[in-house]
Amino acid sequence: MGKTNYLKLLGLAILVAFVPLFIRGDYYLSVLVFMGINSLVVIGLSLLMGYAGQISLGHAAFYGIGAYSTGVLTTHFGFSIFTAFGGGVFLSILVAIVIGIPALRLKGHYLAVATLGIGEIVFILFNELMELTGGPSGLSNIPPVHFGGFQINSSFRFYYLVWGITLLLLWFSLNIIYSRVGRALRSMHGSEVAASAMGVNLSFLKIQIFVLSAVYASIAGSLYAHFVSFIAPNNFGLMVSIMFLMMGVIGGIQNIWGALFGATLLTFLPEYLRVFEQYDILVYGAILLAILLFMPQGFLEGTPILLRKIFRRGRA
Amino acid sequence: MPEPLLRIDTIKKAFGGLMAIVDLSFEVEEGQIKSIIGPNGAGKTTLFNLITGVHSLSGGRIIFQGKVINGLGPHIIASLGISRTFQTVELFGNMTALENVMVGRHPRTRSGLVSVGLRLPAMRKEESRIQEESLKIMELGGLLSKARHPSTSLPLGEQKTLEVLRALATQPRLILLDEPAAGLNEAETQKMSDLIYAIRDRGVTVLLVEHDMSLVMKVSDEIVAINFGQKIAEGPPTVIQNDPRVIEAYLGGEINYA
Repeated sequence: MGKTNYLKLLGLAILVAFVPLFIRGDYYLSVLVFMGINSLVVIGLSLLMGYAGQISLGHAAFYGIGAYSTGVLTTHFGFSIFTAFGGGVFLSILVAIVIGIPALRLKGHYLAVATLGIGEIVFILFNELMELTGGPSGLSNIPPVHFGGFQINSSFRFYYLVWGITLLLLWFSLNIIYSRVGRALRSMHGSEVAASAMGVNLSFLKIQIFVLSAVYASIAGSLYAHFVSFIAPNNFGLMVSIMFLMMGVIGGIQNIWGALFGATLLTFLPEYLRVFEQYDILVYGAILLAILLFMPQGFLEGTPILLRKIFRRGRA
Repeated sequence: MPEPLLRIDTIKKAFGGLMAIVDLSFEVEEGQIKSIIGPNGAGKTTLFNLITGVHSLSGGRIIFQGKVINGLGPHIIASLGISRTFQTVELFGNMTALENVMVGRHPRTRSGLVSVGLRLPAMRKEESRIQEESLKIMELGGLLSKARHPSTSLPLGEQKTLEVLRALATQPRLILLDEPAAGLNEAETQKMSDLIYAIRDRGVTVLLVEHDMSLVMKVSDEIVAINFGQKIAEGPPTVIQNDPRVIEAYLGGEINYA
Protein backbone atom coordinates (compact mmCIF):
# COMPACT_ATOMS: atom_id res chain seq x y z
CA MET A 1 0.00 0.00 0.00
CA GLY A 2 2.60 2.48 1.07
CA LYS A 3 5.00 1.61 -1.74
CA THR A 4 2.79 2.75 -4.62
CA ASN A 5 2.49 6.11 -2.91
CA TYR A 6 6.24 6.56 -2.77
CA LEU A 7 6.46 5.64 -6.46
CA LYS A 8 3.79 8.24 -7.21
CA LEU A 9 5.76 10.75 -5.16
CA LEU A 10 8.92 9.94 -7.11
CA GLY A 11 7.01 10.30 -10.39
CA LEU A 12 5.66 13.66 -9.30
CA ALA A 13 9.14 14.81 -8.23
CA ILE A 14 10.55 13.94 -11.67
CA LEU A 15 7.64 15.70 -13.37
CA VAL A 16 8.11 18.75 -11.18
CA ALA A 17 11.85 18.80 -11.90
CA PHE A 18 11.46 18.79 -15.68
CA VAL A 19 8.30 20.79 -16.35
CA PRO A 20 9.94 24.24 -16.22
CA LEU A 21 12.33 23.22 -19.00
CA PHE A 22 9.38 22.99 -21.37
CA ILE A 23 7.61 26.12 -20.22
CA ARG A 24 8.20 29.33 -22.09
CA GLY A 25 7.43 32.58 -20.38
CA ASP A 26 7.32 33.87 -16.87
CA TYR A 27 3.54 33.94 -16.76
CA TYR A 28 2.92 30.19 -16.89
CA LEU A 29 5.82 29.60 -14.55
CA SER A 30 4.15 31.86 -12.01
CA VAL A 31 0.90 29.92 -12.41
CA LEU A 32 2.90 26.81 -11.54
CA VAL A 33 4.26 28.57 -8.47
CA PHE A 34 0.71 29.39 -7.31
CA MET A 35 -0.21 25.78 -7.97
CA GLY A 36 2.49 24.67 -5.54
CA ILE A 37 1.47 27.22 -2.92
CA ASN A 38 -2.21 26.24 -3.16
CA SER A 39 -1.30 22.55 -3.07
CA LEU A 40 0.52 23.08 0.20
CA VAL A 41 -2.60 24.50 1.85
CA VAL A 42 -4.89 21.87 0.37
CA ILE A 43 -2.64 18.95 1.44
CA GLY A 44 -3.05 20.20 5.01
CA LEU A 45 -6.79 20.56 4.53
CA SER A 46 -6.97 17.03 3.18
CA LEU A 47 -5.31 15.70 6.33
CA LEU A 48 -7.78 17.68 8.41
CA MET A 49 -10.98 17.02 6.42
CA GLY A 50 -10.34 13.77 4.62
CA TYR A 51 -8.50 11.98 7.39
CA ALA A 52 -9.43 13.69 10.68
CA GLY A 53 -12.99 14.44 9.51
CA GLN A 54 -13.07 18.09 10.59
CA ILE A 55 -14.00 21.11 8.48
CA SER A 56 -12.13 24.39 8.50
CA LEU A 57 -13.81 27.43 6.99
CA GLY A 58 -10.95 29.73 7.90
CA HIS A 59 -7.71 28.38 6.53
CA ALA A 60 -7.09 31.65 4.71
CA ALA A 61 -6.52 33.09 8.20
CA PHE A 62 -3.45 30.89 8.74
CA TYR A 63 -2.38 31.56 5.17
CA GLY A 64 -2.70 35.26 5.99
CA ILE A 65 -0.92 34.95 9.35
CA GLY A 66 2.01 33.34 7.53
CA ALA A 67 2.03 36.00 4.83
CA TYR A 68 1.70 39.00 7.14
CA SER A 69 4.13 37.64 9.74
CA THR A 70 7.00 37.31 7.31
CA GLY A 71 5.88 40.45 5.45
CA VAL A 72 5.80 42.64 8.54
CA LEU A 73 8.83 41.09 10.23
CA THR A 74 11.08 41.45 7.18
CA THR A 75 9.96 44.87 5.93
CA HIS A 76 9.42 46.70 9.24
CA PHE A 77 11.78 44.95 11.60
CA GLY A 78 14.53 43.68 9.34
CA PHE A 79 14.21 40.05 10.47
CA SER A 80 15.95 37.40 8.40
CA ILE A 81 13.68 35.38 6.12
CA PHE A 82 13.98 32.20 8.18
CA THR A 83 13.18 33.80 11.52
CA ALA A 84 10.25 35.51 9.83
CA PHE A 85 8.97 32.20 8.42
CA GLY A 86 9.38 30.67 11.85
CA GLY A 87 7.52 33.60 13.42
CA GLY A 88 4.55 32.96 11.14
CA VAL A 89 4.57 29.25 11.91
CA PHE A 90 4.81 29.93 15.63
CA LEU A 91 1.92 32.39 15.57
CA SER A 92 -0.23 29.99 13.51
CA ILE A 93 0.43 27.16 15.94
CA LEU A 94 -0.57 29.42 18.81
CA VAL A 95 -3.81 30.55 17.15
CA ALA A 96 -4.65 27.00 16.06
CA ILE A 97 -4.16 25.68 19.59
CA VAL A 98 -6.23 28.45 21.14
CA ILE A 99 -9.23 27.80 18.88
CA GLY A 100 -8.60 24.07 18.44
CA ILE A 101 -8.64 23.05 22.09
CA PRO A 102 -12.15 24.24 22.93
CA ALA A 103 -13.63 23.43 19.49
CA LEU A 104 -12.16 19.96 19.07
CA ARG A 105 -12.84 18.64 22.54
CA LEU A 106 -16.52 18.73 21.66
CA LYS A 107 -18.15 16.24 19.33
CA GLY A 108 -19.48 17.64 16.07
CA HIS A 109 -18.51 20.37 13.68
CA TYR A 110 -17.70 23.15 16.12
CA LEU A 111 -14.38 23.70 14.41
CA ALA A 112 -16.16 24.90 11.27
CA VAL A 113 -17.86 27.69 13.23
CA ALA A 114 -14.74 28.55 15.25
CA THR A 115 -12.58 28.80 12.12
CA LEU A 116 -15.21 30.90 10.37
CA GLY A 117 -14.95 33.30 13.32
CA ILE A 118 -11.16 33.35 13.45
CA GLY A 119 -11.09 34.00 9.69
CA GLU A 120 -13.17 37.14 10.17
CA ILE A 121 -11.18 38.31 13.21
CA VAL A 122 -7.87 37.94 11.40
CA PHE A 123 -9.27 39.68 8.32
CA ILE A 124 -10.38 42.65 10.44
CA LEU A 125 -6.98 42.78 12.19
CA PHE A 126 -5.18 42.91 8.82
CA ASN A 127 -7.36 45.89 7.91
CA GLU A 128 -7.20 47.73 11.21
CA LEU A 129 -3.58 47.34 12.33
CA MET A 130 -2.62 50.04 9.83
CA GLU A 131 0.84 50.82 11.20
CA LEU A 132 1.97 47.24 10.82
CA THR A 133 -0.06 45.87 7.92
CA GLY A 134 -0.73 48.99 5.89
CA GLY A 135 -4.46 48.43 6.29
CA PRO A 136 -6.70 47.94 3.26
CA SER A 137 -4.09 49.35 0.87
CA GLY A 138 -1.77 46.49 1.77
CA LEU A 139 1.86 45.85 2.53
CA SER A 140 4.36 46.26 -0.28
CA ASN A 141 8.09 45.87 -0.96
CA ILE A 142 8.36 42.50 0.76
CA PRO A 143 11.89 41.34 -0.04
CA PRO A 144 12.51 38.15 -2.03
CA VAL A 145 13.78 34.99 -0.37
CA HIS A 146 17.55 34.59 -0.33
CA PHE A 147 19.97 32.01 0.98
CA GLY A 148 23.00 34.08 1.92
CA GLY A 149 23.95 35.75 -1.33
CA PHE A 150 21.76 33.53 -3.50
CA GLN A 151 18.59 35.44 -4.38
CA ILE A 152 15.38 33.58 -5.25
CA ASN A 153 14.39 36.48 -7.44
CA SER A 154 13.00 34.80 -10.56
CA SER A 155 9.87 32.70 -11.05
CA PHE A 156 12.15 29.92 -12.22
CA ARG A 157 14.08 29.79 -8.96
CA PHE A 158 10.97 30.34 -6.86
CA TYR A 159 9.26 27.47 -8.63
CA TYR A 160 11.89 25.05 -7.38
CA LEU A 161 11.76 26.49 -3.87
CA VAL A 162 7.98 26.20 -3.62
CA TRP A 163 7.73 22.76 -5.16
CA GLY A 164 10.69 21.52 -3.13
CA ILE A 165 8.86 22.47 0.05
CA THR A 166 5.54 21.11 -1.26
CA LEU A 167 7.09 17.75 -2.15
CA LEU A 168 8.83 17.60 1.22
CA LEU A 169 5.60 18.22 3.11
CA LEU A 170 3.72 15.82 0.82
CA TRP A 171 6.29 13.18 1.77
CA PHE A 172 5.83 14.10 5.43
CA SER A 173 2.04 13.80 5.08
CA LEU A 174 2.18 10.44 3.29
CA ASN A 175 4.48 9.15 6.02
CA ILE A 176 1.90 10.17 8.58
CA ILE A 177 -0.95 8.45 6.74
CA TYR A 178 0.92 5.14 6.56
CA SER A 179 1.92 5.00 10.19
CA ARG A 180 0.62 4.51 13.71
CA VAL A 181 -0.71 8.07 13.72
CA GLY A 182 -2.33 7.68 10.29
CA ARG A 183 -3.99 4.45 11.30
CA ALA A 184 -5.34 6.18 14.39
CA LEU A 185 -6.69 8.94 12.14
CA ARG A 186 -8.34 6.55 9.73
CA SER A 187 -9.72 4.47 12.60
CA MET A 188 -11.29 7.62 14.02
CA HIS A 189 -12.95 8.19 10.66
CA GLY A 190 -14.15 4.57 10.62
CA SER A 191 -15.65 4.53 14.13
CA GLU A 192 -14.93 7.08 16.85
CA VAL A 193 -16.24 4.87 19.65
CA ALA A 194 -14.10 1.91 18.59
CA ALA A 195 -11.04 4.10 18.04
CA SER A 196 -11.19 5.49 21.57
CA ALA A 197 -11.72 1.96 22.93
CA MET A 198 -8.42 1.09 21.22
CA GLY A 199 -6.70 3.84 23.17
CA VAL A 200 -6.79 6.58 20.54
CA ASN A 201 -7.05 10.02 22.15
CA LEU A 202 -9.53 11.57 19.73
CA SER A 203 -9.40 15.23 20.71
CA PHE A 204 -5.62 15.29 21.00
CA LEU A 205 -5.27 13.72 17.57
CA LYS A 206 -7.72 16.18 16.01
CA ILE A 207 -5.93 19.15 17.59
CA GLN A 208 -2.56 17.86 16.38
CA ILE A 209 -3.76 17.54 12.80
CA PHE A 210 -5.51 20.90 12.90
CA VAL A 211 -2.30 22.55 14.11
CA LEU A 212 -0.32 20.74 11.41
CA SER A 213 -2.69 21.93 8.69
CA ALA A 214 -2.38 25.48 10.06
CA VAL A 215 1.41 25.20 9.82
CA TYR A 216 1.17 24.11 6.17
CA ALA A 217 -1.11 27.06 5.41
CA SER A 218 1.22 29.43 7.23
CA ILE A 219 4.26 28.26 5.26
CA ALA A 220 2.27 28.61 2.04
CA GLY A 221 1.27 32.14 3.04
CA SER A 222 4.86 33.13 3.79
CA LEU A 223 5.96 31.82 0.40
CA TYR A 224 3.13 33.70 -1.27
CA ALA A 225 4.12 36.98 0.40
CA HIS A 226 7.73 36.70 -0.73
CA PHE A 227 6.76 35.66 -4.23
CA VAL A 228 4.31 38.45 -5.03
CA SER A 229 6.04 41.00 -2.72
CA PHE A 230 2.72 42.74 -2.12
CA ILE A 231 -0.13 41.52 0.10
CA ALA A 232 -3.51 43.01 1.01
CA PRO A 233 -6.29 41.76 3.33
CA ASN A 234 -8.45 40.68 0.39
CA ASN A 235 -5.98 37.91 -0.42
CA PHE A 236 -6.95 36.27 2.87
CA GLY A 237 -10.72 36.68 3.18
CA LEU A 238 -13.51 34.15 3.51
CA MET A 239 -13.66 33.60 -0.26
CA VAL A 240 -10.06 32.42 -0.21
CA SER A 241 -10.87 29.92 2.54
CA ILE A 242 -13.78 28.67 0.45
CA MET A 243 -11.54 28.41 -2.60
CA PHE A 244 -9.07 26.16 -0.72
CA LEU A 245 -11.98 24.05 0.47
CA MET A 246 -13.32 23.86 -3.09
CA MET A 247 -9.96 22.72 -4.42
CA GLY A 248 -9.91 19.87 -1.96
CA VAL A 249 -13.50 18.82 -2.52
CA ILE A 250 -13.27 18.99 -6.31
CA GLY A 251 -10.14 16.88 -6.40
CA GLY A 252 -11.31 14.47 -3.71
CA ILE A 253 -10.50 15.45 -0.14
CA GLN A 254 -10.56 11.86 1.15
CA ASN A 255 -7.31 11.23 -0.62
CA ILE A 256 -4.23 13.38 -0.43
CA TRP A 257 -3.54 12.91 -4.15
CA GLY A 258 -7.05 14.03 -4.94
CA ALA A 259 -6.45 17.18 -2.92
CA LEU A 260 -3.25 17.83 -4.84
CA PHE A 261 -5.07 17.27 -8.11
CA GLY A 262 -7.87 19.65 -7.11
CA ALA A 263 -5.40 22.39 -6.22
CA THR A 264 -3.72 21.95 -9.59
CA LEU A 265 -6.97 21.91 -11.53
CA LEU A 266 -8.53 24.94 -9.87
CA THR A 267 -5.35 26.99 -10.17
CA PHE A 268 -5.13 26.30 -13.88
CA LEU A 269 -8.78 26.33 -14.82
CA PRO A 270 -9.44 30.08 -14.44
CA GLU A 271 -6.37 30.78 -16.59
CA TYR A 272 -7.62 28.57 -19.42
CA LEU A 273 -11.17 29.89 -19.18
CA ARG A 274 -10.01 33.36 -20.23
CA VAL A 275 -11.01 32.44 -23.79
CA PHE A 276 -14.64 32.75 -22.67
CA GLU A 277 -13.96 36.38 -21.77
CA GLN A 278 -16.73 37.84 -19.60
CA TYR A 279 -18.53 34.48 -19.37
CA ASP A 280 -15.56 32.73 -17.78
CA ILE A 281 -17.05 32.78 -14.28
CA LEU A 282 -20.23 31.11 -15.59
CA VAL A 283 -18.29 28.34 -17.30
CA TYR A 284 -16.14 27.95 -14.18
CA GLY A 285 -19.23 27.59 -12.02
CA ALA A 286 -20.81 25.12 -14.42
CA ILE A 287 -17.69 22.93 -14.40
CA LEU A 288 -17.52 22.87 -10.60
CA LEU A 289 -21.22 22.09 -10.39
CA ALA A 290 -20.90 19.25 -12.89
CA ILE A 291 -17.99 17.70 -10.99
CA LEU A 292 -19.87 17.86 -7.69
CA LEU A 293 -23.06 16.46 -9.23
CA PHE A 294 -21.55 13.59 -11.16
CA MET A 295 -18.48 12.89 -9.04
CA PRO A 296 -19.31 13.57 -5.42
CA GLN A 297 -16.14 11.67 -4.43
CA GLY A 298 -14.10 14.29 -6.24
CA PHE A 299 -12.39 14.19 -9.60
CA LEU A 300 -9.63 11.71 -8.88
CA GLU A 301 -11.69 8.89 -7.37
CA GLY A 302 -14.90 9.91 -9.12
CA THR A 303 -13.64 9.63 -12.71
CA PRO A 304 -13.17 5.84 -12.81
CA ILE A 305 -16.51 5.33 -11.05
CA LEU A 306 -18.28 7.59 -13.54
CA LEU A 307 -16.60 5.92 -16.51
CA ARG A 308 -17.61 2.49 -15.25
CA LYS A 309 -21.22 3.68 -14.89
CA ILE A 310 -21.31 5.10 -18.42
CA PHE A 311 -19.64 2.02 -19.86
CA ARG A 312 -22.10 -0.34 -18.18
CA ARG A 313 -25.08 1.66 -19.38
CA GLY A 314 -23.63 1.62 -22.90
CA ARG A 315 -23.48 -2.18 -22.92
CA ALA A 316 -26.89 -2.80 -21.39
CA MET B 1 -8.42 -11.98 50.31
CA PRO B 2 -6.62 -10.36 47.41
CA GLU B 3 -8.10 -7.34 45.65
CA PRO B 4 -10.24 -8.48 42.69
CA LEU B 5 -9.17 -7.36 39.18
CA LEU B 6 -12.39 -5.40 38.72
CA ARG B 7 -14.77 -4.23 41.41
CA ILE B 8 -18.13 -2.76 40.51
CA ASP B 9 -19.22 -0.92 43.63
CA THR B 10 -22.91 0.07 43.93
CA ILE B 11 -22.96 1.88 40.61
CA LYS B 12 -25.95 3.79 39.26
CA LYS B 13 -26.70 5.13 35.83
CA ALA B 14 -29.68 7.28 34.93
CA PHE B 15 -30.54 8.41 31.40
CA GLY B 16 -32.79 11.35 32.15
CA GLY B 17 -35.45 9.86 34.40
CA LEU B 18 -34.75 6.29 33.34
CA MET B 19 -32.65 4.26 35.73
CA ALA B 20 -30.60 1.95 33.53
CA ILE B 21 -28.40 0.60 36.34
CA VAL B 22 -29.48 0.55 39.99
CA ASP B 23 -26.95 -0.09 42.78
CA LEU B 24 -25.17 -2.82 40.91
CA SER B 25 -22.20 -4.50 42.61
CA PHE B 26 -20.07 -7.48 41.69
CA GLU B 27 -16.43 -8.46 41.37
CA VAL B 28 -14.36 -10.09 38.68
CA GLU B 29 -11.41 -12.21 39.84
CA GLU B 30 -8.22 -12.37 37.83
CA GLY B 31 -8.17 -15.28 35.34
CA GLN B 32 -11.93 -15.84 35.38
CA ILE B 33 -14.41 -16.03 32.58
CA LYS B 34 -17.38 -14.20 34.02
CA SER B 35 -20.64 -13.66 32.17
CA ILE B 36 -23.40 -11.11 32.47
CA ILE B 37 -26.80 -12.35 31.38
CA GLY B 38 -30.19 -10.71 31.36
CA PRO B 39 -33.09 -9.99 29.03
CA ASN B 40 -32.87 -7.27 26.36
CA GLY B 41 -32.72 -3.84 27.93
CA ALA B 42 -31.47 -5.19 31.25
CA GLY B 43 -28.48 -2.81 31.11
CA LYS B 44 -25.71 -5.13 29.96
CA THR B 45 -24.31 -2.93 27.21
CA THR B 46 -24.77 0.13 29.42
CA LEU B 47 -22.62 -1.62 32.01
CA PHE B 48 -19.87 -2.14 29.42
CA ASN B 49 -20.11 1.49 28.37
CA LEU B 50 -19.73 2.53 32.01
CA ILE B 51 -16.71 0.31 32.62
CA THR B 52 -14.96 1.55 29.47
CA GLY B 53 -15.71 5.22 30.14
CA VAL B 54 -18.06 5.80 27.21
CA HIS B 55 -20.78 6.89 29.64
CA SER B 56 -20.18 8.54 33.00
CA LEU B 57 -21.58 7.10 36.22
CA SER B 58 -24.47 8.66 38.11
CA GLY B 59 -23.16 7.12 41.35
CA GLY B 60 -20.84 4.47 42.77
CA ARG B 61 -17.31 3.47 41.88
CA ILE B 62 -15.55 1.22 39.42
CA ILE B 63 -12.19 -0.04 40.66
CA PHE B 64 -9.71 -1.74 38.36
CA GLN B 65 -6.47 -3.14 39.79
CA GLY B 66 -7.07 -1.18 42.96
CA LYS B 67 -7.53 2.11 41.13
CA VAL B 68 -10.74 4.09 40.68
CA ILE B 69 -11.28 4.38 36.92
CA ASN B 70 -14.70 5.99 36.63
CA GLY B 71 -14.33 9.52 35.30
CA LEU B 72 -11.36 8.62 33.11
CA GLY B 73 -11.63 8.89 29.31
CA PRO B 74 -12.12 5.75 27.20
CA HIS B 75 -8.61 5.98 25.71
CA ILE B 76 -7.03 6.12 29.17
CA ILE B 77 -9.05 3.14 30.38
CA ALA B 78 -7.94 1.26 27.26
CA SER B 79 -4.31 2.01 28.02
CA LEU B 80 -4.79 0.85 31.64
CA GLY B 81 -5.68 -2.59 30.28
CA ILE B 82 -9.41 -2.88 29.64
CA SER B 83 -10.41 -3.62 26.07
CA ARG B 84 -13.74 -4.46 24.47
CA THR B 85 -15.76 -5.54 21.46
CA PHE B 86 -19.11 -4.17 20.39
CA GLN B 87 -22.57 -5.65 20.11
CA THR B 88 -23.01 -4.31 16.59
CA VAL B 89 -19.71 -4.77 14.78
CA GLU B 90 -17.63 -1.59 14.96
CA LEU B 91 -14.75 -2.46 12.70
CA PHE B 92 -12.89 0.26 10.84
CA GLY B 93 -14.50 -0.37 7.45
CA ASN B 94 -12.03 1.87 5.67
CA MET B 95 -9.11 -0.37 6.63
CA THR B 96 -7.88 -3.91 6.02
CA ALA B 97 -8.28 -6.69 8.57
CA LEU B 98 -4.63 -6.46 9.52
CA GLU B 99 -4.75 -2.67 9.86
CA ASN B 100 -7.69 -3.05 12.24
CA VAL B 101 -5.58 -5.23 14.50
CA MET B 102 -2.63 -2.85 14.10
CA VAL B 103 -4.78 -0.02 15.50
CA GLY B 104 -5.15 -2.24 18.56
CA ARG B 105 -1.41 -1.86 19.19
CA HIS B 106 -1.93 1.90 19.59
CA PRO B 107 -1.90 2.11 23.41
CA ARG B 108 1.27 -0.01 23.61
CA THR B 109 3.28 2.02 21.10
CA ARG B 110 4.39 5.63 21.12
CA SER B 111 5.67 7.09 17.83
CA GLY B 112 4.35 10.66 17.56
CA LEU B 113 3.49 12.97 14.69
CA VAL B 114 6.97 14.31 14.02
CA SER B 115 8.69 10.96 14.37
CA VAL B 116 6.31 9.24 11.93
CA GLY B 117 6.34 12.20 9.53
CA LEU B 118 10.12 12.07 9.26
CA ARG B 119 10.23 8.25 9.35
CA LEU B 120 12.86 8.29 12.09
CA PRO B 121 14.66 4.96 12.65
CA ALA B 122 12.94 4.36 16.01
CA MET B 123 9.56 4.72 14.34
CA ARG B 124 10.45 2.29 11.55
CA LYS B 125 11.57 -0.29 14.08
CA GLU B 126 8.36 0.14 16.03
CA GLU B 127 6.30 -0.04 12.83
CA SER B 128 7.71 -3.41 11.84
CA ARG B 129 7.20 -4.64 15.39
CA ILE B 130 3.55 -3.56 15.28
CA GLN B 131 3.08 -5.47 12.04
CA GLU B 132 4.82 -8.58 13.34
CA GLU B 133 2.81 -8.68 16.56
CA SER B 134 -0.44 -8.02 14.73
CA LEU B 135 0.20 -10.87 12.32
CA LYS B 136 0.77 -13.19 15.27
CA ILE B 137 -2.56 -12.16 16.74
CA MET B 138 -4.26 -12.70 13.36
CA GLU B 139 -2.80 -16.19 13.37
CA LEU B 140 -4.24 -16.90 16.81
CA GLY B 141 -7.72 -16.22 15.44
CA GLY B 142 -7.08 -18.14 12.23
CA LEU B 143 -7.44 -15.02 10.08
CA LEU B 144 -3.89 -14.81 8.76
CA SER B 145 -4.98 -15.58 5.19
CA LYS B 146 -7.48 -12.68 5.32
CA ALA B 147 -4.98 -10.12 6.61
CA ARG B 148 -5.06 -7.95 3.49
CA HIS B 149 -8.81 -8.14 2.92
CA PRO B 150 -10.96 -5.07 3.58
CA SER B 151 -12.30 -5.71 7.08
CA THR B 152 -15.98 -5.39 6.22
CA SER B 153 -15.73 -7.80 3.28
CA LEU B 154 -15.29 -10.69 5.73
CA PRO B 155 -18.26 -12.89 6.69
CA LEU B 156 -19.93 -11.93 9.99
CA GLY B 157 -18.27 -14.70 11.98
CA GLU B 158 -14.83 -13.53 10.93
CA GLN B 159 -15.74 -9.89 11.54
CA LYS B 160 -16.71 -10.79 15.10
CA THR B 161 -13.46 -12.73 15.51
CA LEU B 162 -11.50 -9.80 14.09
CA GLU B 163 -13.06 -7.47 16.67
CA VAL B 164 -11.95 -9.81 19.44
CA LEU B 165 -8.44 -9.95 17.96
CA ARG B 166 -8.30 -6.17 17.67
CA ALA B 167 -9.25 -5.89 21.34
CA LEU B 168 -6.66 -8.51 22.23
CA ALA B 169 -3.98 -6.54 20.39
CA THR B 170 -4.17 -3.81 23.05
CA GLN B 171 -2.69 -6.35 25.51
CA PRO B 172 -5.54 -6.03 28.00
CA ARG B 173 -5.73 -7.50 31.50
CA LEU B 174 -9.50 -7.59 31.13
CA ILE B 175 -11.45 -8.02 27.91
CA LEU B 176 -15.15 -7.22 27.62
CA LEU B 177 -16.94 -9.21 24.92
CA ASP B 178 -20.37 -7.86 23.98
CA GLU B 179 -22.39 -10.68 22.39
CA PRO B 180 -19.51 -12.18 20.40
CA ALA B 181 -21.69 -15.08 19.21
CA ALA B 182 -24.73 -13.06 18.12
CA GLY B 183 -25.69 -13.98 14.57
CA LEU B 184 -23.16 -16.80 14.36
CA ASN B 185 -23.98 -20.35 13.24
CA GLU B 186 -23.09 -23.41 15.30
CA ALA B 187 -19.64 -23.96 13.83
CA GLU B 188 -18.75 -20.30 14.17
CA THR B 189 -19.99 -20.27 17.76
CA GLN B 190 -17.79 -23.27 18.48
CA LYS B 191 -14.78 -21.39 17.10
CA MET B 192 -15.68 -18.36 19.19
CA SER B 193 -15.77 -20.40 22.39
CA ASP B 194 -12.36 -21.86 21.51
CA LEU B 195 -11.08 -18.32 21.05
CA ILE B 196 -12.52 -17.28 24.42
CA TYR B 197 -10.66 -20.16 26.08
CA ALA B 198 -7.50 -19.22 24.21
CA ILE B 199 -7.78 -15.67 25.53
CA ARG B 200 -8.24 -16.92 29.09
CA ASP B 201 -5.26 -19.22 28.68
CA ARG B 202 -3.14 -16.19 27.75
CA GLY B 203 -3.89 -14.86 31.23
CA VAL B 204 -6.52 -12.35 30.14
CA THR B 205 -9.63 -12.13 32.28
CA VAL B 206 -12.89 -12.26 30.30
CA LEU B 207 -16.16 -10.49 31.02
CA LEU B 208 -18.79 -11.78 28.63
CA VAL B 209 -22.24 -10.56 27.68
CA GLU B 210 -24.05 -13.16 25.62
CA HIS B 211 -27.54 -14.36 24.77
CA ASP B 212 -26.45 -17.80 23.58
CA MET B 213 -27.12 -19.65 26.84
CA SER B 214 -25.40 -22.87 25.87
CA LEU B 215 -22.21 -20.89 25.20
CA VAL B 216 -22.53 -18.96 28.45
CA MET B 217 -23.17 -22.07 30.54
CA LYS B 218 -20.25 -23.86 28.90
CA VAL B 219 -17.49 -21.25 29.17
CA SER B 220 -18.36 -19.28 32.31
CA ASP B 221 -16.77 -19.77 35.69
CA GLU B 222 -19.34 -17.46 37.21
CA ILE B 223 -22.45 -15.66 36.01
CA VAL B 224 -24.15 -12.46 37.09
CA ALA B 225 -27.80 -12.21 36.09
CA ILE B 226 -29.28 -8.74 35.88
CA ASN B 227 -32.72 -7.40 35.10
CA PHE B 228 -33.87 -3.77 34.97
CA GLY B 229 -30.35 -2.72 35.92
CA GLN B 230 -30.30 -4.75 39.14
CA LYS B 231 -28.47 -7.90 40.06
CA ILE B 232 -30.92 -10.73 40.56
CA ALA B 233 -28.48 -13.62 40.97
CA GLU B 234 -24.78 -14.43 40.99
CA GLY B 235 -22.97 -17.74 41.04
CA PRO B 236 -21.60 -20.66 39.03
CA PRO B 237 -23.63 -21.80 35.96
CA THR B 238 -25.33 -24.71 37.74
CA VAL B 239 -26.71 -22.41 40.41
CA ILE B 240 -27.84 -19.75 37.93
CA GLN B 241 -29.61 -22.31 35.74
CA ASN B 242 -31.91 -23.28 38.56
CA ASP B 243 -32.41 -19.85 40.10
CA PRO B 244 -36.14 -19.09 40.05
CA ARG B 245 -35.58 -15.33 39.66
CA VAL B 246 -33.44 -15.88 36.57
CA ILE B 247 -36.03 -18.21 35.06
CA GLU B 248 -38.71 -15.68 35.90
CA ALA B 249 -36.78 -12.85 34.21
CA TYR B 250 -36.42 -14.84 31.00
CA LEU B 251 -39.81 -15.33 29.31
CA GLY B 252 -41.39 -15.50 32.73
CA GLY B 253 -40.75 -19.21 32.46
CA GLU B 254 -38.20 -21.79 31.41
CA ILE B 255 -34.86 -21.15 29.72
CA ASN B 256 -33.91 -23.24 26.78
CA TYR B 257 -30.34 -24.40 27.29
CA ALA B 258 -30.15 -26.37 24.07
